[in-house]
Amino acid sequence: MTKKEIADFLKDTDKSRLEDLAAKAGKITAAQFGKVISLYAPIYLSNYCENNCVYCGFKASGGVRRKKLTLEQIESEMKIVSGSGIRNILLLTGESRKMSPVSYLKDAVNIAKKYFSSISLEVYPLETEEYAELYRAGVDGVTVYQETYDRKRYDGLHLSGKKKDYDYRYNTPERIALAGIRTISMGVLAGLADLHKDLFSLFAHLEYMEKNYPGVEYSVSFPRLIIEPGDVTDYRKITDVDLVKCIILTRLKFPRVGINLSTREQAPLRDHALAFGVTRISAASNTSVGGYVDGVQDDPQFRVKDLRSLKEIERVLRSKGFDPVYTDWRRIDNTPV
Amino acid sequence: MDRHPPLEIAGKTIKNRFFLGTGKFGSKAEMMNCIKESEIEVVTVAMRRVDAEEDSENLLEYIPDDVILMVNTSGARNAEEAVRIARLAREAAGVEWIKIEVINDSKYLLPDNNETIEAVKVLASEGFTVFPYMLPDLYAARAMEKAGAAAIMPLGSLIGSGEGLKAKKFIEILIRETSLPVVVDAGIGRPSQAAEAMEMGAAAVLANTAVALANDPGNATLAFSLAVRAGRLAWLGKMAGPQKDAVASSPLTGFLFEE
Repeated sequence: MTKKEIADFLKDTDKSRLEDLAAKAGKITAAQFGKVISLYAPIYLSNYCENNCVYCGFKASGGVRRKKLTLEQIESEMKIVSGSGIRNILLLTGESRKMSPVSYLKDAVNIAKKYFSSISLEVYPLETEEYAELYRAGVDGVTVYQETYDRKRYDGLHLSGKKKDYDYRYNTPERIALAGIRTISMGVLAGLADLHKDLFSLFAHLEYMEKNYPGVEYSVSFPRLIIEPGDVTDYRKITDVDLVKCIILTRLKFPRVGINLSTREQAPLRDHALAFGVTRISAASNTSVGGYVDGVQDDPQFRVKDLRSLKEIERVLRSKGFDPVYTDWRRIDNTPV
Repeated sequence: MDRHPPLEIAGKTIKNRFFLGTGKFGSKAEMMNCIKESEIEVVTVAMRRVDAEEDSENLLEYIPDDVILMVNTSGARNAEEAVRIARLAREAAGVEWIKIEVINDSKYLLPDNNETIEAVKVLASEGFTVFPYMLPDLYAARAMEKAGAAAIMPLGSLIGSGEGLKAKKFIEILIRETSLPVVVDAGIGRPSQAAEAMEMGAAAVLANTAVALANDPGNATLAFSLAVRAGRLAWLGKMAGPQKDAVASSPLTGFLFEE
């Protein structure tokens, strides 16, 4: 699709065209990925953060209660999550190098190796050598979102902290790839800026990465900004139709790229999106630090909207003709020969 | 009933020359039924999908015991990773048959022949029975043969494409010029394409997407098995006495002999 066709489709209100392209995207997805959906879950290790991102619950100036799990607490969380059947784990922290240094991440990864077959990180951007260190320790994937590709808007939304440096963040996927990491997840926080500009820029970023680092398995996400009542920050409302269009366009343009959809979205949309592009979903997630042990979701980074249990999600997947996949990578020794 | 001799590889005798890939199925039970109903004898399983635990989610629980398990190294980006995955398969599942898949291009999923040759060298020397998945290139095939491959697995066309034998000419050359069994893998979308591969002398055909995404995978598996068998018989039939087109006269040189 050309840039113009993409822009037109985003504005298009023609329901039958939407349906046609969804069907096309569904066919491509099935041919490339089969009738399987990979499942993962997040574990939040720490919510200390040195950035001030206007839209984020973890921002340094925000009132969230700060917590950082001890290694014992990390293991307790992991026992619960792996006990439920999850084998792909995503470990998250706020962006504080001081409170969650690389050594801490490495300790967490070493514990995770006992419980999970594949480990991914969503933490603050690191240097290439640090990524390489974590890769050798057993990390297979890294998630980093640019949030928005609109530089001006980016500057206005990221008030202080290391994240204010747009270029450093933009170059992060490249540093991850150079370190040897297998899977990279990219994305935008939909709603921060003009969607179609962000989508073009994300696609361009992804194309650049595919061309230069073809051995990496890429995936994308379109987390939607949750707009709270009283927000005055000029966020764009992203409708379900918008989100569905993002998924379809990604699939048409990138047949092999994985598409993730988290529990930030509600169950009906998640269930339907499986049929036209989504390949990976989180399940039974708790987005609070220590949330699996505590059994509550207080001070989360975002509110989980799909609260179904793993068994329930498994049942829905099967009823729709999908095989739930828990293990889709078996960790091997990553040390260079 | 069997008019054609079975395929023999590394001491195993294989009557059904249709090999089945186990990814992409909407249900593991359905995949198992396909194997049983069509008496599939060789299946490939991605090591990356094999659970560490033996529970109801473990793919291996759905593969009947008498089926030959060929584990593939999907996810390997270079020879060393393929070797590590193969060793893991041996340790964790006791598997000796390895389909070497080395892919360093997530967009087209084309195999890297150079790295694959290196992996064949190492794994064959470690006693594995190795089946390199490859782009049909004669030099690479010769190197793989020399390195100890048990068979070669050239792609028919891009994986998952269902485009059939786009690489037909080059696969034919491999069949003619190497003494290894040639198993055509990837891109086979219809039973007729599988039959075509067998008619030109392939030893076996492997498919996955075409079956797993069929509305009725059971019937699709059977159709592929029969097509592969028919193609094999056609190949043998031709060997017994292919008919050249009759030439009625000699328009160019006939004049030399005119009375």
